[in-house]
Amino acid sequence: MKRWNYSLLAGCILSGAVLALALVGQFWTPYDPTAMDASVRNAAPSLAHLCGTDNFGRDIFSRIMNGAFTTCFVAICTVLIGAVGGTLVGAVTGYFGGPLDNVVMRVNDVLLSFPSVLLALVLVSLMGPGTANIIAALGILFIPSFARIVRGEYLRLKNQDFVWSARIMGAGNLRIMFVHILPNLFVSMLTTAAVGFNNAVLAEASMSYLGLGVQPPETSLGRMLYEAQTYLFNAPWYAIFPGVTIIIIVLGFSLISEGLRERESRG
Amino acid sequence: MKYVLKKVITLIITLLCISAITFGAFSVIPGDAAVSKLGVNASPQQVEELREEMGLNDPIPVRYLSWLSGAVRGDFGDSYQYDNTTVASLLADRLPVTALLAAMSFLMILALSLPLGILSARFSGKWPDIGINLATQVVMAIPSFFLGIILTYVFGLVLHWFQPGQFVQPWEDLGACLGYLAFPAAAVALPKIAMVVKFLRGSVLAEMQKDYVRTAYSRGNTKGMVLYRHVLRNAFIPVITFLALVIAEILAGSIIVEQVFSVPGVGRLLITAILNRDYPVVQAVVMYVTALVVVINFLVDLLYQAVDPRIKTSG
Amino acid sequence: MKLLEVKDLTIVFEEGRQRQTVVDHVGFSMDEGEILGVVGESGSGKSMMAHCLMGLYKPHERVAEGSVLFDGQSLLDMPAEARRQVQGNTMSIVFQEPMTSLNPVKKIGPQVEESLYIHRKDVGKQERRELALKALQDVELPNAREVYDSYPHELSGGMRQRVMIASAIVCRPKLLIADEATTALDVTIQAQIIRLLRKLNASTGMSVLFISHNLRVIQEICSRAIVMWQGQIVEEGTVEEIFRRPQEDYTKRLIAAIPTRRKRRGF
Repeated sequence: MKRWNYSLLAGCILSGAVLALALVGQFWTPYDPTAMDASVRNAAPSLAHLCGTDNFGRDIFSRIMNGAFTTCFVAICTVLIGAVGGTLVGAVTGYFGGPLDNVVMRVNDVLLSFPSVLLALVLVSLMGPGTANIIAALGILFIPSFARIVRGEYLRLKNQDFVWSARIMGAGNLRIMFVHILPNLFVSMLTTAAVGFNNAVLAEASMSYLGLGVQPPETSLGRMLYEAQTYLFNAPWYAIFPGVTIIIIVLGFSLISEGLRERESRG
Repeated sequence: MKYVLKKVITLIITLLCISAITFGAFSVIPGDAAVSKLGVNASPQQVEELREEMGLNDPIPVRYLSWLSGAVRGDFGDSYQYDNTTVASLLADRLPVTALLAAMSFLMILALSLPLGILSARFSGKWPDIGINLATQVVMAIPSFFLGIILTYVFGLVLHWFQPGQFVQPWEDLGACLGYLAFPAAAVALPKIAMVVKFLRGSVLAEMQKDYVRTAYSRGNTKGMVLYRHVLRNAFIPVITFLALVIAEILAGSIIVEQVFSVPGVGRLLITAILNRDYPVVQAVVMYVTALVVVINFLVDLLYQAVDPRIKTSG
Repeated sequence: MKLLEVKDLTIVFEEGRQRQTVVDHVGFSMDEGEILGVVGESGSGKSMMAHCLMGLYKPHERVAEGSVLFDGQSLLDMPAEARRQVQGNTMSIVFQEPMTSLNPVKKIGPQVEESLYIHRKDVGKQERRELALKALQDVELPNAREVYDSYPHELSGGMRQRVMIASAIVCRPKLLIADEATTALDVTIQAQIIRLLRKLNASTGMSVLFISHNLRVIQEICSRAIVMWQGQIVEEGTVEEIFRRPQEDYTKRLIAAIPTRRKRRGF
């Protein structure tokens, strides 16, 4: 009897909905997200403005659609950088081992024991704020966690029968590493990527909230919270809706990764 | 004690490496400290004099060594953004506040997550567990600064339990200070509580599958007795490492949450320093946090030995 | 008087709509002071039957029908609290895995004493310690005092199994279930443990239900045995009879599988 994987289903629905909104927002939004309208400043949510308006009278729902896109875009780029870099580092160290592996993993462990937001702050203070810089800083920071997972998988797989048979067939190291072993990492990479995506969303939101991430006129969910805080008393909805959007994205992806893990353990 | 000595040496080497890397990184970035201190209108001659005075013309290794010799004595140089203020005095004002905040949230985490995690494992699959599970899943998805904003709105602006922005220094009125800090501490602690509850639950459930648990049941222990007399001590061993990570995360969380609640701590100092390119301050804060993280990991290693008898003989 | 009478014991494994009978209408009895062997391959249901007698169930396991009369009490329909008073007190068990069956972070002493602590509230701390030391001496551990203050990882596999037996006999039970208790040990230690169990049986009159997949070991420890196959008892009688005139096909194969000296020489 097949059992429903509720975590995976719920996760896909939640994050799918937000991602769909973010994508639609690139082509159509109910209002122009940058258009100011002095007549509806700090207006409460209504049928006309689903999430209300901000201090310039801009439609918050439209801005969330745009901000969510930026946030997800930053997170996806970050995870991609982390995954590619981490795969290279993890594959080489795990497959070849030796003193290089020792040194790299030491450094890795030290980096992993640090709070990523602090490291991100240091990198941003070196490179300066901005969307591209925040992607670069967070992407670099995500390399160690991917490297550790990938290395572990390579250690486990490199002595298995299919690798030996490939070697006997005359496959070179590079071919074995990336053609034979790498496809086996798909599921564990997917789980790690889902967790990484969440951390990236939270990190981007934190950095932008501190004023060190996405800069205006661009907007992201974190940036909106930064701007909303001043008007918390008059327009609490300005803070609540972007915040809830972040929660939905993160909750969705953590449910997805939970569901993937559940599916894997069930076999 | 050979083990401890080895750990201490690793600790010192790690600190040296990190200080060298951060110092190097801050030295090679574009932008002249002397220019930023004097402003863009300063004459080249003025800039050159100041550079000489600040020691910026020396090669990087020399500057690093002089910085290092000062740092071990607690002297991190002068701040760029505040005139005639040493970095050390800036830190001395703000460290107690952040330490208090971090300690409060750590206590909150311990006080809530341990009982909840045990409860959840004790009734795994039943309604208390399902409820706790759902709650942790949702709470983990809330960024701590958004939680801070919500707490500010609900308890500060609507219920008036505290005055947002009206922070009281601990040496003026400790009670009022703690009352204020309780809210940022809760904002930092809540997501971490969820993490620890989840981790502890998993650890306890994994231990419950072990053979020694079956032995314990065969002696006539009830489920509760098996849990308290056998499983918990084993299940706490991995949690200790996790708590060390959580402490590091508390520090990171407080950097951001201090911003939400306008708490004048190390985090706020760091953010303003970054925005004003006040590198001596950034460098010093990074070193402090690094040292703290490394020392905590060191203490955790020692604590491990105390809890797990298997390490003593092999280590 | 019979110490143990098992009638029509049927244990099923149920998950969802799947239902599998693992122990199928098993019936046998034991006299006081008897050593009864149970032999069968892995998966024959012998361990599960033993765990059921002990009151240890895995998830989804359930007694479907049958009765167990032990020491004049009906085990299967007594309240849980009374059932618990039997466990480790009048009936105890030694498991197969000496390396993992002891709590790694507790010293040996408290673990051996635990049954006393649970069942004999009248016994004081000092006396408990003495009884535990006595039990450790009974299982022929040379330096009982030292072992008392050791951690499990400081002992060898054979010593740990002796500790397990000591903790099982500390309350002087009427029945000791040895569930593959010698299987994980090497041959010399195996022989020592068997000798020890026979000695304890002779000196205290404690009955032993000895479970093993190894007919040769069964032959050495007991005079009467039952043969289990696919959850059913296929043969019952003295070991002599079973060896000399195996009635069932399965038993014949089991006997043929014992490596003998003559066969070994042939290779």
